[in-house]
Amino acid sequence: MSATPVAPVSAPVAAPVIAVQDLTTRFGTQLVHEHLDLDVPRGAILGVVGGSGTGKSVLLRTIIGLRRPDAGRIQLLGEDVYAASTVQRVAVERRIGVLFQDGALFSSMTVADNICVPLLEHTALGARDARRLATLKIALAGLPQDARDKYPSELSGGMRKRAALARALALDPEILFLDEPTSGLDPITAAGFDRLLRTLRDALGLTVYMNTHDLDSIHTVCDRVAVLADRRVLVAADLATVERFDHPWVQDYFRGPRGRIAGAAYADVVQET
Amino acid sequence: MVRVSGAWTLPHFAAIERSMQPVRTALPALARLDLDGLSALDTAGAGLLSVLLGPERLRSMLDALPDLAPERRALLETVGCAVHDIFAHPPPQSYALGFIGLLARIGTAVEAIWQQTRLLFGFVGLTLETLARNLLRPQRWRMAALVTQIEQTTLDALPIVSLLSLMVGAVIAFLGATVLKDYGASVFTVDLVSFAFLREFGVLLAAILLAGRTASAFTAQIGAMQAHEEIDAIRTLGLDPIEVLVLPRVLALVLGLPMLTFVAMLAGMLGGALVCVLAIGIPPAMFLSLFHADTPLRYFWVGMSKAPVLAFLIAIIGCLEGFKVTGSAESVGERTTSSVVQAIFVVILVDALAALFFMEMGW
Repeated sequence: MSATPVAPVSAPVAAPVIAVQDLTTRFGTQLVHEHLDLDVPRGAILGVVGGSGTGKSVLLRTIIGLRRPDAGRIQLLGEDVYAASTVQRVAVERRIGVLFQDGALFSSMTVADNICVPLLEHTALGARDARRLATLKIALAGLPQDARDKYPSELSGGMRKRAALARALALDPEILFLDEPTSGLDPITAAGFDRLLRTLRDALGLTVYMNTHDLDSIHTVCDRVAVLADRRVLVAADLATVERFDHPWVQDYFRGPRGRIAGAAYADVVQET
Repeated sequence: MVRVSGAWTLPHFAAIERSMQPVRTALPALARLDLDGLSALDTAGAGLLSVLLGPERLRSMLDALPDLAPERRALLETVGCAVHDIFAHPPPQSYALGFIGLLARIGTAVEAIWQQTRLLFGFVGLTLETLARNLLRPQRWRMAALVTQIEQTTLDALPIVSLLSLMVGAVIAFLGATVLKDYGASVFTVDLVSFAFLREFGVLLAAILLAGRTASAFTAQIGAMQAHEEIDAIRTLGLDPIEVLVLPRVLALVLGLPMLTFVAMLAGMLGGALVCVLAIGIPPAMFLSLFHADTPLRYFWVGMSKAPVLAFLIAIIGCLEGFKVTGSAESVGERTTSSVVQAIFVVILVDALAALFFMEMGW
């Protein structure tokens, strides 16, 4: 029926939007990543799992350009993050959104002003239109409207996280980076968070890179899982492949008591549908 | 029929909104929606469309479009729900501007000062009450904490207090020498320095330094504990935060500031003496004998008597501001600034009142 048919955006295309090649990271003498490779195709929702201290957050910070790697190459939307000129980097940065672990909202601004920052900096919108869009993003992220004029210190941890998501989504980015997005959220809010991610991915062709411990998120929204262990990405594939991967940590993670419960619960859901 | 075409995305936000204006009022109540010409849609565009059509109407229009791509339908429905929330709960009007706003702000500020004063007096009472309760029970005295606090607030402050007093003493001596030389009364520089430092400057300089150095430290320490819920932990362990945190700090300053004041007096006199000896030509023996002859002992007690009072106020303000910290790291910074400003203000205010009192009493 559609005159200009829309390409199925969720289908992975050839060129990965995130490409990490031969990455090495070290802190002093401690080697965190060694010869790490990772490709993320467009439209994927990738969950990165790994034990505490395996360098999930460091990897995320390296990919978004906050920590220069000791060796290796990072390509984001086709640009080499650490070799690009400032102009190119800013162009890439406005096409990504980042949700930090504790939200990282600017504490001297209200929630609405926080969301207006990228809108005013990177678009030609006036202050009034930016505020109206910010209001929409606040509602999309599931925050009540009276949170709009509050300061981050007046919000609960879960609300701060949703406000930070609204800021990360302000420019409708192509890639969304999330560091532990559902930690500290109640299960209902976390499920809403997952649902919103999926809707946005389907509608906008968003690529999501998510550090997570949340087995529910991995089963419900992630269509790819990467396991970080032994200083590299052990395996990055769909959940079924990863679950069968023969490595003690992976087997502990997915076959441990919590992993089994989550796996069984979602196996039922899949059978019903 | 409502026909939507083109790219409804963030870069075209303003243009789309302009073109929406003429059709906004002319929309028929029940129309069919035609999205075939839509080439791109993002949350901004979906938001505009929901606002234009209204979320309820948009939903019924979407229901009549069975062939719509599922991801577009999901986006429009999600954004429609969000817009519905906004319509259902309009945010409260922001505060008034202009003259009314000015009056409101003045009122808020005055009330805040009143509340702050009440709080301060309440906290003074609470501390004194806790002190009185613990005074007769030596087993509950926290000697280790007290000694640590004295070390940090007094001993560690000695170098800076003495250096500063020495320099101010020299400056006062220079000022005196310049003014008094015209009257041939340069010897009275000795009196100027000794009166100034015994009565006022010894205690004032030490107290202002302590207000800057220690009131802020108290606020930051207690504030950081408050932010990490340590104060709550102290309470749930059956301890009294006033007794554990406030009393050692208050007592340390009440004992420490008189010592610092004494050192500041000596250093200031020494600074003055150096200038007298080196620049005016009064020999050290003459400086001492003039000092001995002209300066009554009660000047020393006038200065010294203010030290414990100022110390108590500085410590109380520092601790109280620390307890007022709420959660965030930003609040620790705000409270620390506020505690230094208040402490210096109170030190100067009380010193001025005391000067008036001592003058009227003829002491």
